[in-house]
Amino acid sequence: MKNSRLHSSWTPWLFLAPFLLTFGAFIAWPAVRSLMLSFEQTFGPRTTAFVGLANFRFLIHDPYFWTAVWNTLLFTIAAVLVQIPAALGLALLLNRSDLRGRRFFRLVFFAPSVVGLAFVAIIFSMLFEKRTGLINGTLHSLFPAWDPDFPWLDQYVMPSLILAQLWLSAGFYMVYFLAALQTVPSELLDAANIDGASAWQRFRHVTVPEIRPVLNLITLLVVIGSFQFFELPYLLYHETYGNGPENKALSIVTYLYQTGFRSGDLGYASAIGWVLTLVLVGLALLQRQLTKREEA
Amino acid sequence: MNAPAPRRLIRPGTLIIYGVLGLFGVITLLPFLWMLCAALKTKEEFFASQFLPHGHGLFGVAWDQLTLVQFKRLFTELALPRALLNSIFLASVGSVVATLFCAMGGYGLSKFRFRGRETLTFTILGTVVLPVALLLSPRFETLFHLGLVNRYLGVFLPAFAPAFGLYLFRQAMLNSVPNDILESARLDGCGEIRIFFQIVLPIVRPMVSAFLIITFIGLWNDYITPQIILQSPELQPLSVAITNLKGLHTDDYGLIMAGTLVSITPVMGLFFLLQREFISGLTSGAVKG
Repeated sequence: MKNSRLHSSWTPWLFLAPFLLTFGAFIAWPAVRSLMLSFEQTFGPRTTAFVGLANFRFLIHDPYFWTAVWNTLLFTIAAVLVQIPAALGLALLLNRSDLRGRRFFRLVFFAPSVVGLAFVAIIFSMLFEKRTGLINGTLHSLFPAWDPDFPWLDQYVMPSLILAQLWLSAGFYMVYFLAALQTVPSELLDAANIDGASAWQRFRHVTVPEIRPVLNLITLLVVIGSFQFFELPYLLYHETYGNGPENKALSIVTYLYQTGFRSGDLGYASAIGWVLTLVLVGLALLQRQLTKREEA
Repeated sequence: MNAPAPRRLIRPGTLIIYGVLGLFGVITLLPFLWMLCAALKTKEEFFASQFLPHGHGLFGVAWDQLTLVQFKRLFTELALPRALLNSIFLASVGSVVATLFCAMGGYGLSKFRFRGRETLTFTILGTVVLPVALLLSPRFETLFHLGLVNRYLGVFLPAFAPAFGLYLFRQAMLNSVPNDILESARLDGCGEIRIFFQIVLPIVRPMVSAFLIITFIGLWNDYITPQIILQSPELQPLSVAITNLKGLHTDDYGLIMAGTLVSITPVMGLFFLLQREFISGLTSGAVKG
């Protein structure tokens, strides 16, 4: 766009002002403030002292932090291995020109995504109930050998969380894959078909390369989202403030929240948050590099 | 896109696909159905049957056992109507203002040249990776100093500037608002504010409606921010109210399911009505169609 001086130079700032003022006060400033806090120790509401890297050093030897890291990593790996194939699988099933009712199925699979996490936590706390819950009840009536008192939330913490998250987000990511699949040229698939390529070969060598940018993006979104895993375990294990039995539900962000809001140690909470942020920035940059190399 | 089906008969392969889709569809919907059944039963009946109460009525269901008593309790004994109004208020005002702020900001970023534009865009977008929980305590501190704790404005203000909304509008305007139109409008002496509201906004109208729904649903579902900022029960939205209800009435399953149902039905309805806008808005940033 040529800068014809038809508008004055402050015009863009006029339009940006409302956003930038609120953004500055409630996102940018808290971010800067938390960075400052991460080098301080908080004693009560008004007293703080600069402690350098002490918070970060403490982090390295904090067993709770490492428990949280381990749980978060486990959840992230499972999320990538379960949610993405499920979402892509549903999208592939729906992406057929001869399929009737595609919009209906899309609606059905997407519906859980509009349910808020607070409500998902309430629903699943009841679905997972031992005798009265839907899951044990259904499994027991289908397979009489299934124990109706199967202790989902008590002993199978991670599978429970993964299952709830899968119900919630498979349809959400499916929508992205479906949009991407519709951009794959059908001539390419037809040509491969004529050349005798099997369904798997067509998927592997035609579809996947075509949807690769979206696949990469969704993987990044799933990883970032899973690293920030918080409200679901926090609310599903509300009585233990998100710890769960034997701290098995404790995620990094839950620990951050507990440290900041329950223990009032804002400095240490900020240090946890910034370490997590740096890891996420690293992952995002890594993904950018990989995408660039693939495009080159 | 849609090639005519080669054969009129449904092929066995297609039948299998319908079977698989149907199975997953039922699994996806079962929790909703279960919730509805639980909400229509008394506390005693909840433990006696999985879905609908067994009896001698049509299809072996005791239809006369179904009751609206749980909903009645929610609306008369408990403060649910107030929480429902709070949710409607928070989500509608919040989404309208956030959409306006993002559309204006996106216009400023996409259709004007100024120094530091790219840096500004990149910095704002970069904040997406910040964990929300990290910002909560410093934000609370700021709101406390401004006297906005336990006030709706304390929930609104941080929600007015979502970084990804600014990015979505920036992209939409880069792609679909031609510079010539803006230039000729300026030559005709049209004011900047009028250009924005009468020319730019109508062009990106699909994005406006999509983003309105996305933020409405997001704000409706938000739990942690109102939980921290709004301490008085009469100010709290459904997400907080229902979670507290569950803490108080732990084994009152029917009541809790009825409350959850009331909480998710409005956004479900909105989504069913406007699903096309909603989904296209979500995917527009990610998939080049």
